[in-house]
Amino acid sequence: MKKQTKPKLSERLRTWDAGSFDLTEAIDPDPPVPVTEYDLRAEDLPPLARLGDRQVRGFRRIYPWLAAILAAVLVTILLSAVLDLPPYGAAENPPHNEVMERYVARGLAETGAVNTVSGVILDYRAFDTLGESHVLYTAATAVLVLLLSASGGRDEPPSVRRIMEGDPILRNTARVVVPIVLLFGVYVILNGHLGPGGGFAGGAILGGGLILYVIAFGFEPMEKLISGRVYRRGITAALCFYSGAKCYSFFCGANHLETIFQNGTPGAILSAGLILPLNIAVGLIVALTMYGFYSMFQRGRI
Amino acid sequence: MLQSLWENRVPVAAVVLFAVGFTTLLLHRNLLKKIIGLNIMDTAAYLFLTSLGYIAGRKPPIITDGNTDPSAYVNPLPAGLVLTGIVVSVSVTALMLALTVRLYERYHTLDLDQIYLMAKDEEEEKR
Repeated sequence: MKKQTKPKLSERLRTWDAGSFDLTEAIDPDPPVPVTEYDLRAEDLPPLARLGDRQVRGFRRIYPWLAAILAAVLVTILLSAVLDLPPYGAAENPPHNEVMERYVARGLAETGAVNTVSGVILDYRAFDTLGESHVLYTAATAVLVLLLSASGGRDEPPSVRRIMEGDPILRNTARVVVPIVLLFGVYVILNGHLGPGGGFAGGAILGGGLILYVIAFGFEPMEKLISGRVYRRGITAALCFYSGAKCYSFFCGANHLETIFQNGTPGAILSAGLILPLNIAVGLIVALTMYGFYSMFQRGRI
Repeated sequence: MLQSLWENRVPVAAVVLFAVGFTTLLLHRNLLKKIIGLNIMDTAAYLFLTSLGYIAGRKPPIITDGNTDPSAYVNPLPAGLVLTGIVVSVSVTALMLALTVRLYERYHTLDLDQIYLMAKDEEEEKR
């Protein structure tokens, strides 16, 4: 059984010309098909009227007050904690201890990275960043599982997006902007050990560029570059490379053995040992995940 | 006390931002707005962490002139920690949004109370 279309739309369908309908249909996508028996019964009683449920109504009445009081108590506790903090920006504060001194004083010589933050997250604390990449990968997998089974092969794109795709303003803007965005993303990834930037920031910019392209031109042209297979293989290969490289560098570098990755001249593009390849791997993971999230939310598959 | 609060104005701003996110999370029944509130709370935590790494009058820890004296740069460690946090919050947000999509496809509403009522009805039907 199919759920009735909204009365407004059917009313208009009866009285208006068929030709004037494209816009209305486009703004109001097909009503979802009910999946449970419950939906059919819920139509008899519109959900808003059912809010007369006594339990919920009573709860609704006291809930805002309880929430406000809870928030006020929380803010008071946090502010009294702030009062006990050492002065903001002072050099003697406890976070600025020998760890920070060591990172800044020896970081350039030990990691070869001009950007100390890159040196910290991709060399000294690279296992942390490895775990972070795995969190991203796990989240992408979970979203894939949730949305794949949900859509049930909903291949037809929503109508709203179809309007946007043909929009000449969006298309022409994207034609100019997308190459610049992608180039900037690559620059930020490759520049991670030389200045502000790195795999996470650059990967997010790359992913944003890919999403903008897809919004303007649709998924079909993008399929040639990033299909489901490319997505899966790209992410897995980047993660495997990261894990392998980090095992290698911790085994060789941490024991002061010779590694084949030299630190090179600080400031040169091919320097800082493993940081540049790791930045590229992380950038690949982040860009593919961002694009994958968008694709899964938009059409239920990659 | 006011003097002390003014000296620590960035952590105070983080607390205020955290409270804004917390009340958004609690007072809205719409699931999407709850997720937005949670993200604002994330941002407050990042602001607090980065403010701990700041040292007045120092440069960012990017050593372009070969000067490796630690007293010339701010603390690089909180920046790295915040980077970790941002990625985790992006993952958590995506997961929450996917769960919200599933809830919407089942109940056709984002209102938590209505979802609760419908779920309660379903359980009663099962009995």
